[in-house]
Amino acid sequence: MTTTPPPSRRAGLRFGTRPAGRPSEPRPAELQSRSRPAGLRKRWLVAGAVAVLVALVAGVSLGPVSLPPGSVAAELLNLIPGVHLDSGLSEREAAIVTELRLPRVVLGLLVGGLLALAGGCYQGVFRNPLADPYLLGVAAGAGLAVTAVIALGGAGREGSISGLPLTIPLAAFAGSLLAVTMTYVLGGAGGRSRSPAMLILAGVAVSAFLSAGQTYLLQRHADSIQPVYSWLLGRLATAGWHDVLLVLPYAALTTVVVLLHRRELDVLAVGDDEARSLGLHPQRTRYLLIAAASLGTAAAVSATGLIGFVGIIVPHTVRLLAGSSYRVILPLSLLFGGAFLALTDVVARTAAAPAEVPIGVVTALLGGPFFVLVLRTARRVLT
Amino acid sequence: MSPEQAAAAGGPAVEVRGLHVSLDGTPILTGVDLTIAAGEWVTVIGPNGAGKSTLLRAIGGLLPAPEAITLFGTPSAALRRRDRARVVATVAQSPIVPPGMSVLDYVLLGRTPYIPPLGRESAADVDAVHEVLHRLDLVGFHRRELATLSGGERQRVFLARALAQGATLLLLDEPTSALDIGHQQEVLELVDQLRRESGLTVLATMHDLSLAGEYADRMVMLADGRVVASGTPHEVLTEHLLATHYRASIRVVPGAHGPLVVPVRPRPTP
Repeated sequence: MTTTPPPSRRAGLRFGTRPAGRPSEPRPAELQSRSRPAGLRKRWLVAGAVAVLVALVAGVSLGPVSLPPGSVAAELLNLIPGVHLDSGLSEREAAIVTELRLPRVVLGLLVGGLLALAGGCYQGVFRNPLADPYLLGVAAGAGLAVTAVIALGGAGREGSISGLPLTIPLAAFAGSLLAVTMTYVLGGAGGRSRSPAMLILAGVAVSAFLSAGQTYLLQRHADSIQPVYSWLLGRLATAGWHDVLLVLPYAALTTVVVLLHRRELDVLAVGDDEARSLGLHPQRTRYLLIAAASLGTAAAVSATGLIGFVGIIVPHTVRLLAGSSYRVILPLSLLFGGAFLALTDVVARTAAAPAEVPIGVVTALLGGPFFVLVLRTARRVLT
Repeated sequence: MSPEQAAAAGGPAVEVRGLHVSLDGTPILTGVDLTIAAGEWVTVIGPNGAGKSTLLRAIGGLLPAPEAITLFGTPSAALRRRDRARVVATVAQSPIVPPGMSVLDYVLLGRTPYIPPLGRESAADVDAVHEVLHRLDLVGFHRRELATLSGGERQRVFLARALAQGATLLLLDEPTSALDIGHQQEVLELVDQLRRESGLTVLATMHDLSLAGEYADRMVMLADGRVVASGTPHEVLTEHLLATHYRASIRVVPGAHGPLVVPVRPRPTP
């Protein structure tokens, strides 16, 4: 049995706005003080959308050449068919917006959203607050697979991995599925005696194993070290529309599958037996969602390398602020995860300007302390 | 045939014929026969490891038990999961309490068999839940977080979730094991009241034999995966049967609502 920290604040936030004067037939007085079931409140959805827009404008405005946010917003609105505003930007500046910075920011939004969504999804299917694409070894699996493709496929000689658009995400998907299967089996996740700590320990072991494989590959193919490392540390800097198009179909598929199952994840939270006696197929749902989250992780990893901790920071913050139902966590993780990563990218490229700090380093610096915080609140679940 | 039709036709709510269940190669149930009439309260008793919970899990559809189990005239194996969930509701011995979930949301999970896959609950589902909360006197609790409730309150919420399923067969695995004696009586009285009001059929497992005998119409004693006794509480709660199968030293004294089983410390051997 599990319990949570102070309910008072959350309850206030979750049920703060109730429908006033909802039209209904006469009923006993007690029933009129009803509240709605957990669901996504409109103000949180608006907050998420605002966060994405802020990240978008900030991400495009800030950089080596700073552009006025108002002009950037006008230039972005011009991308909508039928809108013609005078942004006051020169042709060169407009090109910086649409060809250099916008794809980078959009990719950041996509990857951040995917990683946070995948993290929230893993936390639901494994009923484990610590589950995350990185701790489960999923990212390491995708990383090994991409490394293998680069090293053995000879892409290293070109100094770029954009020459292999199709094989990389598919290899990453295969690698991530392999990794999550290993973690699942090793952690006894399907067994009755499954424990949250076992699963994470298994994930750490699988991660170490796969990383060792990756290191070995790199040793044997020294010419691919440079491209692999620049990719590993987060490759948003060189992002173009090409990368966005590469990730988009996988992102769309993952998002649709995971969001469609948000209510099922709430049912899974009460246990497999309960879910089954309520008419669901918990194991079938679990496999499908693991595959979907792993596909999202693979797409994110193959586009931008290893960017850790987004999958744990974002869903937990959403859970603390907006509510613990997956109907709230998943859509908001998508929005805030995207905004978080796009804004982190701004920090990564301005903190040590003109040099860029790898974005994976920034998220890890933020994520480490946050992880300790999650451990403290989740301690009772783990023991 | 729907449960209502079956009940009207006088057919049994549950019919188990020669049920065998093995878990990981270990036989747990070896040929169990059991018939429960609609509207009846049957309590399964037996020593630890006798297979009580397994029997409930099998009837609740949580174990593969083809052919052996018939619910309201329909073979359980022929029912789709969602349809079975509208007929049988289970309250597990210690259900998982998800962190942060409110009472309302928890009870609403009971409407899952009526919500289309990948869909969301309708206003009718929310109404049904509010009716159940009202009946179980939980209206004041519906915004509380489930994890913050006391044991007795939680048990009422678990019952509410099962009732929200709209099932006519209620399976209760040790419904009182986590409660003090006052709350044990309160919960069992509540179940009995609901049974009379809504024509529910109740199948429970219990360890407290006196309490079990006071509420059950009929009792079934399991030992080593078989039914060793079955009948009214007076017929099943005998000193001989209990001493044989529980290896317990007890006295059975007559009570107003059924035999009372009193543990007596065995005389020390000289």
